[in-house]
Amino acid sequence: MSESLIINLSVAILFLPLLGFTVVVLLGKRFPKLYLFEVGIISIAFILSLIVMFAKLSYYPNNIVAQFTWITMGSAPSAGSFNIDLGISIDNITVMMLFVVNLISLLVHLFSIEYMHGDKRYTRYFSYLGIFTFSMLGIVLTNNLLMMYIFWELVGLSSYLLIGFWFEKKSAADASKKAFIVNRIGDIGMFIGILILFANYQTFTFDAIYAQIEAGNMPFGDSAWLTAAGILIFLGAVGKSAQFPLHVWLPDAMEGPTPVSALIHAATMVAAGVYLVTRIFVMLTADAMLTIAVVGAFTSFVAATIALTQNDIKKVLAYSTVSQLGYMVMSLGVGAYAFAFFHLVTHAFFKACMFLGSGSVIHAMHHEQDIRNMGGLKKKMPITYYTFLISTLAISGVPLTSGFLSKDGILAGTLAFGKLTGHWLIPLMAFTVAGMTAFYMFRLVLLTFHGEPRDHHKYDHAHESPKLMVAPLVILAALSVFIWYTPNPIAADSGWVLSSWIKTPTQVVPNETRFDFMKPDAAFETNSGQHAESHGTITHSTLYTETMHWAHYKAMFASLAVAGLGILLAFAFYFWKKLNADKLAEKIKPLYNFSLNKWYLDEVYDATAVNGTLNSGKGFSWFDQKIVDGAVNGSAYVTRVVSKISGWFDTYVVDGFVNFTALLSGFVGLLFRKLQTGKVQTYVAFVVFAVIVLLLLFKPF
Amino acid sequence: MLQVGLTHFLVVSAILFSLGVYGIVTRKNAVMVLMGIELVLNAANINFVAFSRFSGFGLGGQMTALFVIVLAAAEAAIALAIVLNIYKQFTNVNIDEIDHLKD
Amino acid sequence: MIGFPILSLITFLPVLGMILILFIPKEQPKTVKYLSLAITGVQVVLAIILLANYNYNLAGVFEEKSFQFIEKFTWINITGLTWLGTVKIDYFLGIDGISMPMVLLTAIISFIACISSWTITKSVKGYFALFLLLDTGMMGVFVALDFFLFYIFWEIMLLPMYFLIGIWGGPRKEYAAIKFFIYTLFGSIFILLVMIGLYFSTTETLADGSKILTFNMLAMMNPANSTADGILSILNPNNLRFIAYIALFAGFAIKIPMFPFHTWLPDAHVEAPTPISVILAGVLLKMGTYGILRFNYPIFPEITRDLMWWIGMFGMVNIIYGALVALAQKDFKKLIAYSSVSHMGYVLLGMASLTTTGINGAIFQMFNHGTITAMLFLIVGVIYDRAHTRGLYDFGGLASQMPVYTGFVTVAFFAAIGLPGMSGFISEALVFVGAFGVETTRVLAIISTLGILLGAGYMLWTFQRIFFGPLNEKWAAMTDVDKRELSMLIPLSVIIIFLGVYPSGVLDIMNTSVNTLVNLVVNGL
Repeated sequence: MSESLIINLSVAILFLPLLGFTVVVLLGKRFPKLYLFEVGIISIAFILSLIVMFAKLSYYPNNIVAQFTWITMGSAPSAGSFNIDLGISIDNITVMMLFVVNLISLLVHLFSIEYMHGDKRYTRYFSYLGIFTFSMLGIVLTNNLLMMYIFWELVGLSSYLLIGFWFEKKSAADASKKAFIVNRIGDIGMFIGILILFANYQTFTFDAIYAQIEAGNMPFGDSAWLTAAGILIFLGAVGKSAQFPLHVWLPDAMEGPTPVSALIHAATMVAAGVYLVTRIFVMLTADAMLTIAVVGAFTSFVAATIALTQNDIKKVLAYSTVSQLGYMVMSLGVGAYAFAFFHLVTHAFFKACMFLGSGSVIHAMHHEQDIRNMGGLKKKMPITYYTFLISTLAISGVPLTSGFLSKDGILAGTLAFGKLTGHWLIPLMAFTVAGMTAFYMFRLVLLTFHGEPRDHHKYDHAHESPKLMVAPLVILAALSVFIWYTPNPIAADSGWVLSSWIKTPTQVVPNETRFDFMKPDAAFETNSGQHAESHGTITHSTLYTETMHWAHYKAMFASLAVAGLGILLAFAFYFWKKLNADKLAEKIKPLYNFSLNKWYLDEVYDATAVNGTLNSGKGFSWFDQKIVDGAVNGSAYVTRVVSKISGWFDTYVVDGFVNFTALLSGFVGLLFRKLQTGKVQTYVAFVVFAVIVLLLLFKPF
Repeated sequence: MLQVGLTHFLVVSAILFSLGVYGIVTRKNAVMVLMGIELVLNAANINFVAFSRFSGFGLGGQMTALFVIVLAAAEAAIALAIVLNIYKQFTNVNIDEIDHLKD
Repeated sequence: MIGFPILSLITFLPVLGMILILFIPKEQPKTVKYLSLAITGVQVVLAIILLANYNYNLAGVFEEKSFQFIEKFTWINITGLTWLGTVKIDYFLGIDGISMPMVLLTAIISFIACISSWTITKSVKGYFALFLLLDTGMMGVFVALDFFLFYIFWEIMLLPMYFLIGIWGGPRKEYAAIKFFIYTLFGSIFILLVMIGLYFSTTETLADGSKILTFNMLAMMNPANSTADGILSILNPNNLRFIAYIALFAGFAIKIPMFPFHTWLPDAHVEAPTPISVILAGVLLKMGTYGILRFNYPIFPEITRDLMWWIGMFGMVNIIYGALVALAQKDFKKLIAYSSVSHMGYVLLGMASLTTTGINGAIFQMFNHGTITAMLFLIVGVIYDRAHTRGLYDFGGLASQMPVYTGFVTVAFFAAIGLPGMSGFISEALVFVGAFGVETTRVLAIISTLGILLGAGYMLWTFQRIFFGPLNEKWAAMTDVDKRELSMLIPLSVIIIFLGVYPSGVLDIMNTSVNTLVNLVVNGL
């Protein structure tokens, strides 16, 4: 397989779903069967992505890049000529993401055929899935920040359309709007971050930017700007990957159809933020990484505490997603790059499985989502139950699952980070979250599938879902087992994924702004006599490698301990009923309410940001109408008053003068009229008289 | 012996003129006013002829006098015709009472 | 080159049509409509011919020989005046990369507005006659290269607009029409004063070597043409150039409309009939920014450099203020009007950067705003024609009632929000890239990004209020868009998406000119 073929196939994978969207959205009304076209398209894309993945991983260790010039600006004065390029870059991470996205997209398509059956906008739904897949693949394939941003926003659009798919419900419409706007907040940060880089390097392409940074060109001559750019771009991930404080949209996004939640709000779109951070990982300074780690850790903690008390099956899963995303982000922040991406992949599978499983349950229970009304479904829906259980074991970090491998790696990474930098709070939070995760996930399983049915009416009608719906569950559950990733169930490093496919890239930021452990040893460089990067693998100091070894088993046992404790507690509360959850909740009422009400964040945001903006809008509107327009109308009024005054002046003074003149002449006329007798004789007498007077006056003689 | 000179003529002319003006101003009767006008014209005629005779102006003065006489005749004819018509209208020729144009 | 005076034709064809319309009997409104449609259609064809023959490598801006499709001859020539000498005014038309996109935009928008005018029933003849006169005025503004001629077109446009709003408008039409007219006229006075000042400060060398005063705007851009003692001459140490700059800027700013001169806009839009709103937003607003780029920038480059922060600041205020006020509106059309204010702010911000990217983005934004906002007003028109109300709270759930319409609204709204894949994104991104790249306007650019957020806020909220939620039973009989409405919405959507994917289609036209303009302003002639 030649490189150009891989490029062409990747481009085909990218545009096939767009074709599906265009065809279905334009013709779907006339041909309602067209949803099959969309499913077919995704199947083709999936097969192609499989081919591309194996070709790339087997034969091409280096990146495959293709780009073209999109916009030319000519030779700009004092800036030189620059162009805006678009292009795709295919590396190992890309092809794995292509596979994950296409696989889950395909499974969700299949699942939806049954799940959405009978919906009045059935074909429209599939076209939306198409545009989402297109946008997501764009994010995966891009080799530059601009295209990243473009598809980033398009993903936002498709998410908006899908969350609001049942727009008749106000809650769905609200949630879709909230998702888009909250994401936009992050996107603005990301946009400014991109602007910082573009303003300095006149390019959006990752490689070109990194080459400049590596050459020592700091944005605006200061590495602080580099930190700023890193954190700002990370803000985009904060929005999309639902990190604190912008995580509030994701739980609400559960208003969308459940397969959509599986595809977008669990497996792929929310992972885009993590993917973005992996893309900019090499340009993150120590400060930026620390920020990212703290945000991630805090997010996972906040979300886990909220998930403990939620009663909506999808809400629990949503908060668990936020929490796991926090894990991934934290992992990147502490430098455990490979484990972050690994967790992204494993999480995508088991979380998609859980969401689709919950979809299956909701479908069976006739759109009942409250776990307090479920129970005992194990007997009715065995396949759903077992697949759900496997993914729950995976997310809890039980050995032999994929989740155990990736989670363990992340925990080890945080532990090493704590040891190397002294930020012990991060591993502490991470382990606490691991325990809480195990607890709330098993709480969910026990309440849903075990015990006595609490709503008999709905229980009696429940039944296992049709084949087309359980098949994706089985596939995804199978992918949650360790064997696909490594032959050794306790050491992820020895597997092919981490040993050869995903490698932590060498950072390009100046040495003095990196964490010490992110620097290749100086000794190594001098000894080997060549740059570390050419080896590809040497990105950390030897101390880091040693510390990771040190942390590996400690983290494993610690995580097993906390997970076991969590599972045990869940059983104690909800299976053996040794402990009473309601009583405990009563005892710690304030804490319970705090968790149940999601830390009151929505209320705080509503009171401050949302109402603040709306009220300032109203205020400005008032200002606009009364003051600005008032000034305009006021000046019009003043003009009218002045014109009235001048009108009065004109009538009574100017015209008055004219009339007075007329009056005066009239009066004078009246006087002289007396002389005008009309008698010629009088006139002659006057003439004679005048002549005599003149003669006397001038005495001509 | 008393030489009749320019001065004498002028004096006669002045007297005649004054009488004419007096007649125009004082008389109520339109016919009398017309006669006053005739006197004034003739006073002027005397002057023309006298200056023609005593000053070296040639015969221009006498010619003018002839024109004046003709004009005076025409004027008198028209004026008398108007007076006649006025009389028909108002049954008198008192110019003080004929003031309808004033209104 | 083309063998006939194409610019005169494209400019005066509507007047010809107007004269023809006056001969058509009143009883045949159909004939009037089809004639107008034909005229505006021919105009579009002519604009496309222009584009096809346009040389992308010629800059124009200040150099007469690199302008294209030039038509120049003496129009008014009065010799032997005692103290003025010779007054000579040229009929001088020509286009460059800055005006070409605007000519294209004017032709397209006029055509679309003509289709949109089909629903006019009240004195059709008068309406279309005025409409065509307006068309001439707009086209003339963009092709005139003589200041005097420019001013004439500028004023020609006002009068029909006044009547079109004042007669065919809504309930408060008289108020809106007078406000529009007086406000714009107020601005024109400033322009007139500066024009006269510049006339007395600029000379032009005739063929016989003698120098006379001139209204030629290209001559005004070259300091070599300044007189020694002209009131606005750069050679005159006591010149009033700064005041003139402000006056000229204010004159154009009213048209943009720039805060705080914007309040005529919502009133005019709300009262104007749909096609006139389309023209108003689509073309008229662009004249303000076009004027600034055409006059303020090249004629007063040194002051432009000094004031770039202020221009950007007003741009930022427009963006944020317009968006915030839009957020509080309850009338659909008023909301779109304020969103216009916000979007024109991007144009100012991009212009303020004095970079190729920024100004390219600004002109592209002018074009895109023209198409996107035109579409938004058409959308308001569609719903108003059916429901006879524009209250945002009067609707709900229309998405299921009018799916096709909702599809177009989605395109237009997301284009207005600046979603990638639509033309608005490219221009806004270029504006930000340009403004951020310059130290002076960097902070302004950062603050202005809030506009993106607020834009999403008011647009999506509006979308939700009108289209989402349960269907308001009152509108259960509402029909989806008909063929005529499709014929307006489809071309605009195609343009918006096409330019979002292939922005070079417009950017390449203006590239050379913008680079030359930036060079002129930054480095002087």
